[in-house]
Order: sequence, then structure tokens, then C-alpha cells
Amino acid sequence: MSDIQIVGAPAGVEGSGFFATSLDKAVGLARANSLWPLPFATSCCGIEFMATMASHYDLSRFGAERLSFSPRQADLLMVMGTIAKKMGPVLRQVYLQMAEPRWVIAVGACASSGGIFDTYSVLQGIDEIIPVDVYVPGCPPRPEAIIDGFMHIQELVKTESTRRRETPEYQKLLASYGIQ
Amino acid sequence: MGKITNEEVLNNIATQFTDKVTVVGEPFGLLTLQTSTETITDLLSFLKSSPVLQFIYLTDITAVHYPEQELTIGVVYHLHSLVNNVRVRIKVFIDGDNCHIPTATNLWNGANWMERETYDYFGVIFDGHPDLRRILNVDDMTAFPMRKEFPLEDPNRVDKKDYFFGR
Repeated sequence: MSDIQIVGAPAGVEGSGFFATSLDKAVGLARANSLWPLPFATSCCGIEFMATMASHYDLSRFGAERLSFSPRQADLLMVMGTIAKKMGPVLRQVYLQMAEPRWVIAVGACASSGGIFDTYSVLQGIDEIIPVDVYVPGCPPRPEAIIDGFMHIQELVKTESTRRRETPEYQKLLASYGIQ
Repeated sequence: MGKITNEEVLNNIATQFTDKVTVVGEPFGLLTLQTSTETITDLLSFLKSSPVLQFIYLTDITAVHYPEQELTIGVVYHLHSLVNNVRVRIKVFIDGDNCHIPTATNLWNGANWMERETYDYFGVIFDGHPDLRRILNVDDMTAFPMRKEFPLEDPNRVDKKDYFFGR
């Protein structure tokens, strides 16, 4: 008897030999359970991510088996660690190279707000240069917290309409970061 | 223990730079001298090429900011005589608003990055340096962060405002 669990079907109309649901929900379900994360790990939070990815916590259970080390094939940018101001343009470049739809998670105090490094050389939170979807607090956060943040991303992905990226709100958000 | 004493080093220097070099002290046995921008190149050149002293290794160039002094920026050179196992420290004080000092890159190629770093953090301009630009900080930075008037904490940060802490 296998104990493999698969994701349940979204809400829809079911009958004998057919199942109908909206395209948004079907696409969202597929996207949310096959996210390709790009780990942008610069310091200790990256070490926690290694534990998250390894067999004990096993992020692959959530469909994120395949880490993408090229931004062009990545869906989720996971920024883990202190981002120095000199690293800022590099991070921004990585974000710009990602194709839509793309999500960003800021893992740990440094990526979220600069953390203890309140100084001239450190970026005070990556949201100064790129939009962020989910923040994970902690210094560093435990793997459970990273997984929790990841599940919040999955929730966002599931409920996001396929047209959201064309909405004026989204365009305005990107424009506020000077991205277009 | 070094092969020559600080006194011998001092006597050697005194043969050429009698009243141009003053002794600041010898904290922890490290002979510390002070000189001026006019003398520094000659002094470094003499220390490096003197067959007795042979201060052939430039350990570091850095600076210190003393806002309460008349000459606010102190440029500090650390030399090491590998042959004699003796070190020496040389200080030159210059005006903080107009900090110019001759480069040491003609004597040591290693001075290149040290001077760029000192320029990056203190704004000291080393005249004659082949490529004096920032080395560690972002290129578009306008301030010199190691000067005392530079705020320690990032002013852009909003989560540390006083009213969050009832101040």
C-alpha cells in the first residue's frame, strides 16, 4: 500500500466521465506544485536552505525538486542572506532575467530588512530594489520557517489569476521599481 | 627580537631627516614617527633603499579621522623590515577639507589598492596615483563612510525610528 499523497483537485463541476473547472485554477494548481526555485544564497540563511533542500526536511515534497541555477528557467527567486549594496545590481539583474510569472521570497532578517547590518555597505532589505512576495523572519530562520514561507508562495501562486501580470496594479508596482 | 633596535633605526633616519621627522612614541615597542607631506616620499624612499634598514615591505596604508584636531586626517604607513625583523609606523597629518598627499605607488606596487581603499573610506587624494577610484564601496557613493560625520546607521531604515521605542 503506497502512502504517496497527491494534490486534490480544485473546486469544479464533476459528473460521470467529465470534470470541469476554470483555467485559472488548473494552471494555478500546476504552477504551485511545480515551482522551480532559484536559490540566491549569500550567507547563513543559505546554510539553512541546504538543510531545507536535503532529505530531512525535503523541499521536493512540495514539487520544488528541481532547483534552477539559471534565472531564465526559474519561477521563484529565493534570496537568502545579506545583500551588500554592491551585490544589489547583480540581484536586480537576476530578477530581470527571470521570465513572468515570477515570485520572490526574502528569507531571513538581512534579506528582509538588512538585519543587524545597519551600515553603509549593506542594502536595507531587498525590497528597495525588487518587489517581494513573502518575507520569512528569523536570523537565520529554521527550515520549517522557510517551508512555511514557501507554502505561502504556493498559496499565492494557486490563487493568482493568469491575467494578473497584465493588470495596471502590477504594471504600476514594477514601474515603481523602474522595471519594464 | 629585531636585529636592530629602534634607537639604531632612529639614528639612521636622523642622519638625513634631522628636524623633519619627530618621534611620537614607542607603544608596544613599535617606533612611531610623524612627518609632513613634503618629506613623506623621501622618507619612505630612504627607509626602503637604505642598505642598513631595508624596510622593503609596505604592510599597510590607512588613515584615521580626528575631527577635533586642526589637521583632521592622519595618514598612517606601516613598514616592515623583513631582513631585520623590525617594524615602523609613520603618521602624516593633513587638512580634512583638502587632503592631498603624494602617492607611494612609485615605491611599492602594493600601495595601489591600499591607497584606493584609503581614498574610498576617508577621501584622501594620493597625488600621482595611476587609478584613484573607489575599490570596496559602490561606485556611485558620494560620501566617505569612515569619516566621523558620516552617520553610523543607514538613514533609509524605517524600523528603527525613535517613536517605535517611545523616545
